[in-house]
Amino acid sequence: MFPRLVYESFRRQTRRKLLAGVAITLGVAVATAMIAVATDIGDKINRELRTYGANLLITPQEDTLDVEIGGVNLKPPSDGALLNEADLPKIRGTFWHHNIVGFSPMLPVNVRVAVGATNTDTTLVGTYFAKLLTFGKDQFTTGVRITHPWWRVQGAWPDDSSQGVLLGERLAARLGAKPGDTIDVGGRALSVAGILSTGAAQDEQIVAPLALAQDILGKPGAVRRVYVSAMTKPEDALARRDPKTMTPEMYDRWYCSPYVQSIAYQLQEAIPHSHAEQIRQVAQNEGTVLSRIKGLMLLVTLAALLASALAVSAAMATAIFERRQEVGLMKALGAGNIAVAALFFAEALLLAVIGGTAGFTAGSLLARQIGRSIFNSQISIEPVLFPIILTIAVLVTFAGSAAAIRRAVKFDPVFALRGEA
Amino acid sequence: MSEYRNAEKKQVVHRRAGTPHTSMFLRMLVRAAVLRRGRAASALFAMVVAAAVATAMMNLYVDVQAKLRSEFRNYGANVVLVAKEGQTLPSGAVNSIESTLGPKTLVVPLSYVVARTSDGRSVVVVGTDFNRARQLNHWWKVSRWPAAPTEALVGMRADTALNLDRKPFQLSFQGRSVELVPAGLLQTGAAEDSRIYLDQAAFEGWTGVVPTTIEIAVNGTTEEIDEGIRRLSAQLPSTDVRPVRQIMEGEANVLNKTRATLYSSAILIVLTAALCVLATLIGWVFDRRRDFAIMKALGASERLVNGFFAAEAAALGVIGSILGFALGIGVAAWIGRANFHAPVIPRFSVFPYILAGSVLVALISAVLPMGLLRRVQPAMILRGE
Repeated sequence: MFPRLVYESFRRQTRRKLLAGVAITLGVAVATAMIAVATDIGDKINRELRTYGANLLITPQEDTLDVEIGGVNLKPPSDGALLNEADLPKIRGTFWHHNIVGFSPMLPVNVRVAVGATNTDTTLVGTYFAKLLTFGKDQFTTGVRITHPWWRVQGAWPDDSSQGVLLGERLAARLGAKPGDTIDVGGRALSVAGILSTGAAQDEQIVAPLALAQDILGKPGAVRRVYVSAMTKPEDALARRDPKTMTPEMYDRWYCSPYVQSIAYQLQEAIPHSHAEQIRQVAQNEGTVLSRIKGLMLLVTLAALLASALAVSAAMATAIFERRQEVGLMKALGAGNIAVAALFFAEALLLAVIGGTAGFTAGSLLARQIGRSIFNSQISIEPVLFPIILTIAVLVTFAGSAAAIRRAVKFDPVFALRGEA
Repeated sequence: MSEYRNAEKKQVVHRRAGTPHTSMFLRMLVRAAVLRRGRAASALFAMVVAAAVATAMMNLYVDVQAKLRSEFRNYGANVVLVAKEGQTLPSGAVNSIESTLGPKTLVVPLSYVVARTSDGRSVVVVGTDFNRARQLNHWWKVSRWPAAPTEALVGMRADTALNLDRKPFQLSFQGRSVELVPAGLLQTGAAEDSRIYLDQAAFEGWTGVVPTTIEIAVNGTTEEIDEGIRRLSAQLPSTDVRPVRQIMEGEANVLNKTRATLYSSAILIVLTAALCVLATLIGWVFDRRRDFAIMKALGASERLVNGFFAAEAAALGVIGSILGFALGIGVAAWIGRANFHAPVIPRFSVFPYILAGSVLVALISAVLPMGLLRRVQPAMILRGE
């Protein structure tokens, strides 16, 4: 009898059930989408923060002092220790290699550049533009196009194995050079592939493929420093501790967290005779920005959950309140309070499960759409979220119905049947 | 006089002849709300919550960008001003930049020389204003800031490479030497680590070199910063004013994504809230179909009944939006304080939108069930069918 009551109630009152069902579906969809976005936003913003460029710098351990003002290197190029280019792919072998978005080696060389009759002293920096490297079986592309996304090139990016160079825009303006021209650098004829604009020291420099810079310097395989761009976890008390003073468990925890300090430590382990340091301007600020945005989305998600809970409760309360006459009839026929309440709760449960499932699906699609249109990447929905969302949907539906059911049950059947409600 | 009064009375009677009795109309509105407190209260509650959530989201959306921008200013200078080759900066440049760009702007003058240590090694020495540098460069890790003019701030790498070991040291520039005491160590992970920083006045007294570079942190949108750059270039023609692209683009990128996320969340939340109101109000109006039937049975015109329900819904929308607005501003201020440690400033310009939206949703939810009820004979409703 009980299942039939529930079934008939759904069959005969399709319009009312639909209204409540739609409310639950929409509420759950919004809640699911917001939870998915809020849990994933940290990762997404972390990736966006990489537009600030490298947050780690690897230098030789026995490094000498840079004497550099405004991008002009005043130190003789042969001076100072160097890193080995062959060691660089090992960065891919570190524990947190998934967090390392890219790296770019740099090798500055002091050169004299001439275009026609005008000539000037400047720095030529050798680097990777978008170089394909292999580590073990793993192939990956890295270079300044990943680590320095704000560099703009008018013309074309040179190939990493070519003799083409990028000319800084101020230097190009001084020399009167255009893309396609040939410039003379220390007796070599190099072609200008493009004009580089960075808003920083490189505007006065020449940027060339690393192999070319090594060739000019006469030191094959040499690298002066490496810029590494990594996604990190905001710094906390554990991050700032010295790994030498930690207990073994604490050290494991530190080593296995993507703090900028532990990534620096692992880079130092991977590359012999190197020293890795965080670039504090980038590394220190991203933690604050990240936690602010995450906090904001968390609070906004709470607001969304509240709004959808209220929507569901309101719809349920309305749906039940309309059925006082039915309650009156059932009670007149001898149904107890518990039987009536059980019927309503069973209906609410069914509605919550159906609406919750539909809402979860719609919410997942919504979150995916938000991820694609805003961040150009997927927002993944954890399957574990489904039972949680469903439980919340059932609880909210029950809570929303409870007051209305209580009132409906308490109502005198005589009044209800006479239509004096 | 009394004739005049009578004429006026007639006029009033004449004017009112075609319109419903306002006092009765108001009385019905008030009594309806008072007598069915429970239902009216739950409808109002839904309205208030929806208006509050919408207010909070709109306030947040407008204000969070400003809040995040000031967080982004911790990344340091976004504009650099450099004297053109062979020229120097005018002496009052720092003050004139500050007066051009407003009081929130941070301006730091810098001057550079390459000096030699007593054992002949070269090092870059920078003269700056420590108070200003400290405000601009939040990420500088400094063990102790210099207090006296003879104290220097020594970069981490400079300290190791020159074996300074925190003892007083000598530097010479163009034959003039100076005795300095290291106050503290500076760590940034970038070029600053290889330099020695001195107070500008002491630096100028020693080298005679005046500032050539000014780092500026301009607060505002990309357009405001571009405008500031234009104004500075016009005001100081002997200089090059350049945006720091790394900082500007990073900020614009993260801010745009955050704004877009917040925007879509705000739309979703406001829609859900509106739906909540719609569901509650439709229920409320449906519930009163007997009132509707009695009014019609007593001879009320279609227009009067429609007007009555619409006025009731509109009143609910107005009251709900006022209460909700106040509550929403409180919620936004709390979120601001909890997350950004600064309350979100209430924006009263949002209120007309909230009011219009609330009344609109209320009217829709009154009109929808009315359309359904109109087709039903009053007698059917009164018989409880």
